[in-house]
Amino acid sequence: MVQFASACLDASFSALADATRRGILEQLGRAEASITDLADKFHMTLTGMKKHVSVLEKAGFVTTEKVGRVRTCKLGLRDLTAEAAWIENYRQLWDARFDELDKVVEELKLKERMDGPER
Amino acid sequence: MGLRDSDADVRSRTKVEKSDRELVVTRSFDAPARILFEAWTKPELFMRWWAPKSMGMPLYSCEMDVRVGGKYRIEFGHDAANTWAFFGQYIEVIPNARIVWTNEEGEDGAVTTVTFEEVDGKTLLTFSELYPSKEAFEEGGGILPEQLDQLDELLASLTGDQ
Repeated sequence: MVQFASACLDASFSALADATRRGILEQLGRAEASITDLADKFHMTLTGMKKHVSVLEKAGFVTTEKVGRVRTCKLGLRDLTAEAAWIENYRQLWDARFDELDKVVEELKLKERMDGPER
Repeated sequence: MGLRDSDADVRSRTKVEKSDRELVVTRSFDAPARILFEAWTKPELFMRWWAPKSMGMPLYSCEMDVRVGGKYRIEFGHDAANTWAFFGQYIEVIPNARIVWTNEEGEDGAVTTVTFEEVDGKTLLTFSELYPSKEAFEEGGGILPEQLDQLDELLASLTGDQ
């Protein structure tokens, strides 16, 4: 089922298919910036910029950190190679999957506890 | 903030290693192996976690007959007319410890192995997909070298050392 990971690589390509998003990466290649800075620079609404940044973040190209009320964006993995991006995407898919699995596991643990020890 | 720390911990728990023809994912769970085995082998439980929202496509159906020689079929999709099916059969099943299955939706499919190793009530889960050859891996996994090179060039032109 690695096939699904190829969908992740497609996500990398589609993240870069947009001119604004390529511009954001170029900008962040020069210096970190807040979402507000980026929105100003690209004459966009905050909501619109948040969407672009979130696409880039999911594809592993950008990381963001919120300090107080300001969310700062910078380039994701410094020496990002396409293979590293591919693996990071694949890892994120599994991470999301395992977070859901964790919820199921916690529920099963609780159920086992309520049902009492196995005899 | 404490919350952010724990977020980071959780994130780093899922590890991926790649070699020429294999991808290995590991994560530790705070639960005994029998519980993880149950979540991997009961379709109604499996369906709740195999397609997280971020994947962008829901599970449409899931059938699994988890015993040696038994078959599985998993379909992704929004409706019956547009589904993406994965199927194969179980070649090894050791309750609460190990499941091995084939992937038969394409030629040269991978063999998937999931193991559950319990230590002190916690379980290390290892998920591996092993392809018969490097070429099969690149094709089946969509990790095509040309495509990656192309993406590398694009990245270098955008963020390269100016």
